Amino acid sequence: MSEKTVVHDYPDVWQRFSPRQTLIRFIWYVGVVFVAVWALSTLDISWFYFLDAHLQVKDLAVRMWPPNLEFARRLVAPLIETIHIATLGTIITFVIAFPIAFLAARNTTINRFTWFIGRFILVGSRSVNTVVWGLLFVAIFGPGPLAGIWAIAFRSIGFVGKLVAEAIEEIDPGAVEAVESTGASRLQVLLIGILPQVLPVIYGTLVYRWDINIRESTVLGFVVAGGIGILLYSSINQFLWREVTVTLMMVFCVVLASEFLSAKIRHRIS
Amino acid sequence: MNTAAEKHIDPAQQWHQIRMIENPLIRHSLALLVLLYIFWSMLSINVDWGRFLLGLPRAANIVARMLPPDFSRWELLIRGMLESVQMALAASFIGMILAVPIGICASSNIVPKPVYLMARAFIILSRTFHEIIVAIFFVKIFGFGPISGVLTLTISSTSFISKMLAEDIENMPPGQIEAIRATGAGFFKLLIYCISPQAMPRYLGVSIYRLDANIRHSTVIGIVGAGGIGQVLAASFSRYDYDFSLAILLSIIVLVFLGEFFSNWVRSRLR
Amino acid sequence: MLEVIALSKTYATGTMALDRVSFVVDQPQVVAIIGPSGAGKSTLIRCINRLVEPTSGKIIVDNTDVTAQGQRQLRKTRRQMGMIFQEYNLVERLTVMENLLSGRLGYVGFWKTYRRKFPKADVAAAFELLDRVGLSGYQDTRADSLSGGERQRVGISRALMQQPRLLLVDEPTASLDPKTSRQIMRLIVELAHERGTPALVNIHDVGLAQSFADRIIGLADGKIVFDGTAKEITAQVLTDIYGEEDWSTTIQKIQQSSDSAKGRQAWKQKNKIEREVAAE
Repeated sequence: MSEKTVVHDYPDVWQRFSPRQTLIRFIWYVGVVFVAVWALSTLDISWFYFLDAHLQVKDLAVRMWPPNLEFARRLVAPLIETIHIATLGTIITFVIAFPIAFLAARNTTINRFTWFIGRFILVGSRSVNTVVWGLLFVAIFGPGPLAGIWAIAFRSIGFVGKLVAEAIEEIDPGAVEAVESTGASRLQVLLIGILPQVLPVIYGTLVYRWDINIRESTVLGFVVAGGIGILLYSSINQFLWREVTVTLMMVFCVVLASEFLSAKIRHRIS
Repeated sequence: MNTAAEKHIDPAQQWHQIRMIENPLIRHSLALLVLLYIFWSMLSINVDWGRFLLGLPRAANIVARMLPPDFSRWELLIRGMLESVQMALAASFIGMILAVPIGICASSNIVPKPVYLMARAFIILSRTFHEIIVAIFFVKIFGFGPISGVLTLTISSTSFISKMLAEDIENMPPGQIEAIRATGAGFFKLLIYCISPQAMPRYLGVSIYRLDANIRHSTVIGIVGAGGIGQVLAASFSRYDYDFSLAILLSIIVLVFLGEFFSNWVRSRLR
Repeated sequence: MLEVIALSKTYATGTMALDRVSFVVDQPQVVAIIGPSGAGKSTLIRCINRLVEPTSGKIIVDNTDVTAQGQRQLRKTRRQMGMIFQEYNLVERLTVMENLLSGRLGYVGFWKTYRRKFPKADVAAAFELLDRVGLSGYQDTRADSLSGGERQRVGISRALMQQPRLLLVDEPTASLDPKTSRQIMRLIVELAHERGTPALVNIHDVGLAQSFADRIIGLADGKIVFDGTAKEITAQVLTDIYGEEDWSTTIQKIQQSSDSAKGRQAWKQKNKIEREVAAE
C-alpha cells in the first residue's frame, strides 16, 4: 500500500527589505554621498599641498625632537594657573547653572515662558565655544586669567545645565507627589522631593565638566585669557619647536591626571 | 495607660537625612577645603582687580556697541557659515568611515589584545590635545584655509565616534557573539551579521551628533586660521566691529540650534 | 559519533571544572546531563565545539579529532554542530528569518551574507522549519519582540538550519515557565529523533530529564558519577550527584509512559513510512 506523503510547497525566495524600503534606503545612501562630495569639492582645498605634506611633517618632527627639558621649569606656574582657571570656572558654573537647570526642566519650571528662557540660555551658552567666550571677556575685562575663568564658566553653564535639566525631568514623579501631598511649599518640594535625586548627577556632571575644562583652559591663552596657552602660543609663533614639545608633554600629563581623577571620583559617586 | 506622650523615643531611632558622604567630619572639612581653595587660588593668580572694576562699565559699553547687530556684510557672513558647514560635513563623513575600523579594533571582546591596545592608544592620544592645538599644527603644515580645518575636525570626529563605537561593541551581550561563532562564522561574518546590526543605530546617532558638534568646533579653529566662520569672527573682534561680531554670534547660535534640531529628528527616526 | 576522552578543563582562576571526563555517544540518542551548578555542565558542552578551550583530553566527532584542529577547520566542524542556548542568544535587532539563516553562515560566502542572498534551498528549509516549530508567519518579526518560548523556538530552528550532526543544548528551559519548558523539551527531542541527530542536553530539572531523555549522565565536581537510563535513577544516585535531600518526589514512577518513548515511537513510525514509500 502506498502511503501518500504530503509534500509542502515552501517559498524559496526571501528579501530582507520590501521594494519600497530598498528604494528609500538607496535614496538616503545617494543623498549622503552627494552631500559629502559637494562638501569636499566646493571647499577651496588645494590638493597640491598634499603632495609634499609628508616632507613637511618629517621636517617638523625633526625640529621638535628632543624636547627642551630646561624649559619645563618655566611651565609649572602657568600650569597651576591653568588648573585654577578651570576649577574656579567650574565652581562659578555650579552656582549659576543650578537655578537655570531648574528653569529649563519641564517639571520644575514656572511657566512656558521661563522654560523657553532657560533653554535659550543653555543653548546660547553651548553654541559659543570657550575660546570665543574668551575673546569676548578679554575685550571686557582685559587680558589675563579673569577673562579665562568667566569664559570657562559661561561655556560650562550650558553643558552642566542641559545634563542636570535632563536629570530633573527624569526623576521619579512618585516621590515628588508624596512630598506634595503633605502640603509642603514649592521650595520644600524642591529640597526634599527633587534635590536628593538630582544631587549625585549634579556633582558627577560638574566633575566631568571640570575634566573637560582643564583641556579647554590649556588653550585659552591663545586669546590671552591666561594659563599655559600663552607660553604655548608664543613658542609656536617663535618657531621654538623643542619648547613646544615639552609644553605639550606636560599638558598631556596634566590632562591624563585630571581624567584619571575625575573618573575615580565619578565612580565613587555612582 | 500608655499614651503617646509617655512613650520613650529612642534617640538612636531618630531619622536623619542620608547624605552622599556619611561622615560629617569629612563632609564639613571638604566644604571648608573648597572655600580655602577659592581664596588661595584667587590670591595666587594675577588678577588685575582694577581692570576688573573698570571692566563692568566697559562690559556695558561693549554690549551697547554690539547692539543692534550689524548684518550689512551678510555676504561675508554667509560665505563663512557655508564654509563652516562644509568643513563639518566633510569631516563628519570621513570621520565616520575611518571610525569603523578603529572602533572595531578598540573593542576588547572581539580583537586580540595588541590590536586593541594600539587602537586605544590612538584614541587617547588624539583626544588629549584640544582641537585648536591640532589646528595650529595643520595650519603650519598645510597653510591657512579650510584644508587644515577639515583635517583637524576629521581627527576629533574619528576619535570620538570610534570611542563610542568601541564602548557599544564592548557592552554588547556576549551571548549573541558566542552563538554566531558557534555556527562556524569567522570574524568578518560576525561583524556584518551580528555586530553591525546591533551597533548601527547608535553609530549613526553618534555620527549625526558629531556633525552638530563639528559645526560648533569649526568656529573656534577658524580663529587660528583654519577656515570657516571663526576666521571672520576673530577678524571682527580685532577690528572692534562688535556689532558685526554679535551678528556672527547670533548666526552661529541659530545654526547650532538648527543643527541640534535636525540631529534630534534624525536620531528619533532611527530608533 | 561522539567520543569524549579524558577531557579536563582548569580555568585561569585555578578551578578545575572538568576532571578527565570520558563517555561515548554512538547512536542517535538524546543524552541529558544533570548536576548541580558549578559541576561543569556548561564547560563540558562548550568544550565540545571549543567555545571553551579544553586543557587536556580529546574530543572525536565522526572520526575527526576536534581538539587538534586549526581555526579554519574548526569553523568547518562548528558548522556541523548546532548549539542551543539558555539565553536564546538571538541577534536582537534582526528578524526571525535572518536569525534562522544565520545558521547557514558557516556555509555561505561573505558577500552573499552581506547582501543576504542565501541559496534557495536554505530559504525553503527555513520556511519549513518555521512551520514545524509553530512560528509560521513570523519570518519578518524582530527577534526582540518575541516571548521567551518563541525565542527559544527560533534558537532551535537556527541550530537545525545547520543540518548538524550533533546538537549541543545548554539549559534550554532555565528561563522558561513550566508549561513552555515541557513544550520546548518535547520539540527538541522530537526534532532530534526525526533527524536522527544525537543531542547533548544540559538540564538542571531532573524531572524533565527523566521525562524526555534516552540516557542521563550525572556530573558532580567535574566527574561523571552516573551514566544510565531514566529508570535507573534512584535516590542514592541523586544524592551522589547533588547531595543529601528528600528525593522521593523528584523521582518519577517508571509505570508512567514517558514522552521520550513516544518520541522514539514517532521516529520509528516515520522511518517505516519512508521505507515503504521508497520501496514503491
